[in-house]
Amino acid sequence: MEKFEKVTGIAAPMPLVNIDTDMIIPKGFLKTIKRTGLGVHAFDEMRYDRQGNEIPDFVLNKPQYREASILIAGDNFGCGSSREHAPWALADFGIKVIVSTSFADIFYNNSFKNGMLPIVLPQEQVDLLMKDAEKGSNARMTVDLENQEITTSEGETIKFDVDPFKKHCLLEGLDDIGLTLEKAAAIDAFEAQAAQARPWV
Amino acid sequence: MSAPKTLYDKIWDAHVVSEDEDGTCLLYIDRHLVHEVTSPQAFEGLRMAGRKVHAPEKTIAVPDHNVPTTTDRASGVIENEESRIQVEALDKNAKEFGVNYYPVNDIRQGIVHIVGPEQGWTLPGMTVVCGDSHTATHGAFGALAHGIGTSEVEHVLATQTLIQKKSKNMKVEITGHLRPGVTAKDITLSVIGATGTGGGTGHVIEYCGEAIRDLSMEGRMTVCNMAIEGGARAGLIAPDEKTFEYVKGRAHAPKGAQWEAALNWWKTLYTDEGAHFDKVVTIKGEDIEPVVTWGTSPEDVLPISGVVPAPEDFTGGKVEAARRSLDYMGLEPGTKLTDIKIDVVFIGSCTNGRIEDLRAAAEVLKGRKMAPGVRGMVVPGSGLVRAQAEEEGLDKIFTDAGFEWRMAGCSMCLAMNPDQLAEGERCASTSNRNFEGRQGYKGRTHLMSPAMAAAAAVTGHLTDVREMMELEDA
Ligand code: SF4
Repeated sequence: MEKFEKVTGIAAPMPLVNIDTDMIIPKGFLKTIKRTGLGVHAFDEMRYDRQGNEIPDFVLNKPQYREASILIAGDNFGCGSSREHAPWALADFGIKVIVSTSFADIFYNNSFKNGMLPIVLPQEQVDLLMKDAEKGSNARMTVDLENQEITTSEGETIKFDVDPFKKHCLLEGLDDIGLTLEKAAAIDAFEAQAAQARPWV
Repeated sequence: MSAPKTLYDKIWDAHVVSEDEDGTCLLYIDRHLVHEVTSPQAFEGLRMAGRKVHAPEKTIAVPDHNVPTTTDRASGVIENEESRIQVEALDKNAKEFGVNYYPVNDIRQGIVHIVGPEQGWTLPGMTVVCGDSHTATHGAFGALAHGIGTSEVEHVLATQTLIQKKSKNMKVEITGHLRPGVTAKDITLSVIGATGTGGGTGHVIEYCGEAIRDLSMEGRMTVCNMAIEGGARAGLIAPDEKTFEYVKGRAHAPKGAQWEAALNWWKTLYTDEGAHFDKVVTIKGEDIEPVVTWGTSPEDVLPISGVVPAPEDFTGGKVEAARRSLDYMGLEPGTKLTDIKIDVVFIGSCTNGRIEDLRAAAEVLKGRKMAPGVRGMVVPGSGLVRAQAEEEGLDKIFTDAGFEWRMAGCSMCLAMNPDQLAEGERCASTSNRNFEGRQGYKGRTHLMSPAMAAAAAVTGHLTDVREMMELEDA
């Protein structure tokens, strides 16, 4: 995985609540056996009409947001299925950071595994960032994971929390499996003990 | 004496391999279920890194999402090329990595969350994961079961563990008894209606109370299945005699002395008196009515006696979401729910594709016909459910009423195979998600119980099944 660097970019406002994984990537695109190439299909049914033409009203189709790398989203973003195709599609589109008042658990975890940073903030701060994002492409925000800080286009800073282990993995671009395999001895020991305690498993 | 523990605490503690200072744990996984949509990239990852499946004997794969459900499927190939490639990839990966496998032409094939319990792979006190959010279903056995993403699928395949932090404990108690005509589906939808799709976020729910105890294992699976729609990481129900009875004798359940040993442990799996919950929701069983959804989020739940709400009835971001929902669903505020006409009825899915669900629908349909112009499909959750239903003559009731009687799979629950709604079609569905486009592009979904779906099939509009039951009583 690539290391997560400081992001300075355009933030797209998506105030809708409960944006679900079917909206982020409709099931028609789940048939791929690859991880890449889903960016053009991100938000497919909101972004294109049935003929494949762009729907001009949709935020990521507007000229000022086409290059967005940050999403400011309504509550409960990413609810629905476990499909990792959702973060794959967003990451492939170029999204690096998503800010909301809350995320669905599985989506939240999946994001980290794909080098994306989901940030949870209280409503007032999300509202403030939403306003900032609505200014369009001149309003660039900066997200500094190292210092856990978002800087608005006005220079205002907002602190955010992140799990230290997840932060470390993002910053270093670490692969979970490699890390876990270093604990192979502990896993073996657990299995030996479990085979005694619960032999029917 | 140690502090009182919740059921979740007990299962969690029994599976921690190691714990870091910040509480991040390596959790051991007892059962890993795999289907064709969320696994190809994970197996490919293993292959590229030259890794093996750590515990193939604890890994169970079955194709379900993409498979055709037409009765001629054994002879034909899957027409959609991408679907065929995914199913073939699973065939190949299952063989190459040596995991347990139920191919399409095996009578035991079905929806992964129905196959697991049916074959006795799912047992109380286990940790169960699958690259699928409805893994919560298995919580009905008192197993800690949740959905994971594909990166995590790869992680579990390679290490049989998952990196996890413990969630919070949430208790959902349904007191008293349900009224006639009210089912497990109405419980689970009503809970989501009350707490919202984000209500359980960050929590593992334990469902308890008399009304939950009263439910059969099938009903309990229906309740836990939709824990995820309430935002929870998992749903749990403490195992009891009904659970043990259901598990006993299944293909992969323990036998003999091992059964006794297992039973001894399983009987300790309950929440201790005085254990702490971070959040508690209590609903009276008597207050639950048969419900349907009106919008495009599972929290858009109303009793069937209600009317379509207006966006202004909500606050915050939900106003806009409701407006969008109503527009998508083609509904006018103030319309009586029972005046909403339907085009299609879908009975099936991992929420309601078990034998008891088919019995409940058949009971309503017996001696009745589908309303003219309505299209109906019954898709059993597994080949074995299908066989059982045929033995009981349920298939005959469905086909006599005008339904199609299909082979097992996910089918129109998510419409990845050809079973789809046409644009603008409205469906009474026993599945679990009513998201935009879920059952077909611009298709409209109303979620409800199998009995309610059957009632809608007969009248051609959303219907309170209790009215039909009263007719029978009279
Ligand atoms: S039946 Fe529906 S919800 Fe269940 S596993 Fe299949 S697609 Fe998912």
